[in-house]
Amino acid sequence: MPETQPIIEIRNVDKFFGDFQALSDVSLTVNSGEKVVICGPSGSGKSTLIRCVNRLEEHTSGQLFVDGIELTGETRNIRAVRMEVGMVFQQFNLFPHLTVLENLTVGPLRVRKISKADAIARARKYLERVHIPEQADKYPAQLSGGQQQRVAIARSLCMEPRIMLFDEPTSALDPEMINEVLDVMIELAESGMTMICVTHEMGFANRVADQMVFMDGGKIVEIAPPSVFFTKPKNPRCREFLDQILEH
Amino acid sequence: MSGRLGISGRANRPGTSIMMLAQARKALNSKPMSVLIYCGVMYLIIYGCLAGAEAMGYNWQWYRIPDYLFRMTDDGFQWGEISVGLVKTLLLSGQAFLLALIIGLAVALLRLSGLVVGVAVSIVFLEFVRNMPLLVLLYLFYYIIGAIFGLDRYTASVLCLAVFHAALVSEIFRAGINAVPVGQWEAAKSIGMSTVQCYRYIILPQSVKFMLPPMTGEVVHMVKSSAIVSVIAVAELTTIGRNLISDTYMSFEIWFTIAAVYMVVTLMLSVFVTFMERRYAVST
Repeated sequence: MPETQPIIEIRNVDKFFGDFQALSDVSLTVNSGEKVVICGPSGSGKSTLIRCVNRLEEHTSGQLFVDGIELTGETRNIRAVRMEVGMVFQQFNLFPHLTVLENLTVGPLRVRKISKADAIARARKYLERVHIPEQADKYPAQLSGGQQQRVAIARSLCMEPRIMLFDEPTSALDPEMINEVLDVMIELAESGMTMICVTHEMGFANRVADQMVFMDGGKIVEIAPPSVFFTKPKNPRCREFLDQILEH
Repeated sequence: MSGRLGISGRANRPGTSIMMLAQARKALNSKPMSVLIYCGVMYLIIYGCLAGAEAMGYNWQWYRIPDYLFRMTDDGFQWGEISVGLVKTLLLSGQAFLLALIIGLAVALLRLSGLVVGVAVSIVFLEFVRNMPLLVLLYLFYYIIGAIFGLDRYTASVLCLAVFHAALVSEIFRAGINAVPVGQWEAAKSIGMSTVQCYRYIILPQSVKFMLPPMTGEVVHMVKSSAIVSVIAVAELTTIGRNLISDTYMSFEIWFTIAAVYMVVTLMLSVFVTFMERRYAVST
C-alpha cells in the first residue's frame, strides 16, 4: 500500500530569520500520493515551510526527511531531493532568455542528463498536459500570466518529480486566468501526484485536499480533513480566518 | 475702457515673452543656423591652432604623414610605422582585456560566493588595484614583479593592464549578476541545478544584456589606457609616435594623427557594440 508510506516528514522544525522566528516547532507528515493544502494569514510561515522542503530555506533546527533523505548541509542530498521535488512559484520565475521548450528541456538535459530527443519529447508531452502545446517556440514574455504559470508547472513536471510544491500559484494572476491553472492542478492531483499547496483557493482545496493545514504565527494550529476543517474547525483563530475568506 | 486694455496688455506680456523664447530656440535649431554656428566654432578652433603654429614658425609637413601609415615602394605595398603600432596596440589591449575578463569573472564570483575568505580576498584585490594610479601599478609590474619573475616588458604590460581592468570588469560582472532577479536562482535550484549550472545556463546569459553597455566603455578605456605602456617603451602606437617625433620633429602632425587613430578605433568599437546591444535586446 504505497498510499500509507510517509514521503515527507517534518519533525519539530524551527526557522529563524535573524531574531524573527518564522517557524516554531512545526511537525507534519505527508504520505505518498497525499494532497495537503496549507492556508493561513500572511506572515504565518506557510511559504517558509514549503520552501524548507526543497531547501530554498535552511531550517534552523529539527529534522526534515524527503523520500527517506534527510536534508542537512550535504549538497549531494539537497540536489537529490530537489530532483524529486518540483516547485511552482507565485511569480512563475520562467527563464526569460529561453523559449518555452527550452525552459522545459534545460532541467532534464543538464540535471537528469537525458538525451536531447528524449528531453524534447518529454517537454512536448507535458506541454500537452497543461494544454498549451502550440506555445512551444514562444518566449515567456509573449504568454499570458495563466499560460506562463502552466509552463512553470510543466517545467517542474519535466523533471518527473515525486512531489510537487505550489507556493500561492494563482495569487499573481488576473481573475479570469485562475481557473485554467487550477484545472491543471486538479488534473495533476487526480493523477496521484503528492502535492503540498499554499493557496487561498478554498474551492480547489475542498475538492482535492486530503488534509487541510492552518498556520498562524509560525505554528501549525489546525490539521484536519476538509470535511471537518470547513465545517467545524476547533481553533478559534482558524474559524475567524475561514469566516473572513469564505464570506464573499 | 483704457483700464481694461491696460490690464489685458499686462496679462499678455509673459505669454508673448515665452513665445519669443520658443521662436528664438526654433530659429537656433533650424538647419542653416546650426550649420553656420558649428562651422563658426570649428573655424575658431582650427584658426587658433594654425595661427599659433604660424606664430611659432611651425613648418607643417602633412604630406609626409601618409608614408607612416602605408607606402608603395619598389618591393610593393608596405605598412607604415603607425599602422604597425596600431596593430600592436590592438593586440596588447585585446590580450589584456581577455585576461581581465577571466580574472574579473573570478573575482566577481569570489565576491558573490559568500565564503568569508573569498569575499575578503576579492575586496583586498579590488581596493588595492582601484586605489593605485595605473602608472604606479605599471612600475610595480615592470620593476618589481617583472624583475622577480623575469618578465619582458610586453608581458609585464599585458599583466598590468589586465589586473587594473580586472578590478573594474569584476564590478561590472557583479552588478550584472545581481541585476538578475533572485527568483531565477530559486527556479533554477528548484529543478536541481548546481551553482555552476545556475550561473552557466540561467544567470550569466541573462546578465549579458546588463553588462554590455558598461563593458563597451571598459574596452574603449582599455585601448586608451594601453598608451601608458609607452613609458616602459613597449612598441605600441604611442611609443611609435614618440619615436617618430624624435626622428622627424613633426610633433603637431604626428600627435594629431595618433589621436585620430585612437578615436577611429574607439568609435568603431562603440558602433559595433551598439549593434550587438540591439541584437541582444531583440532575442530576449
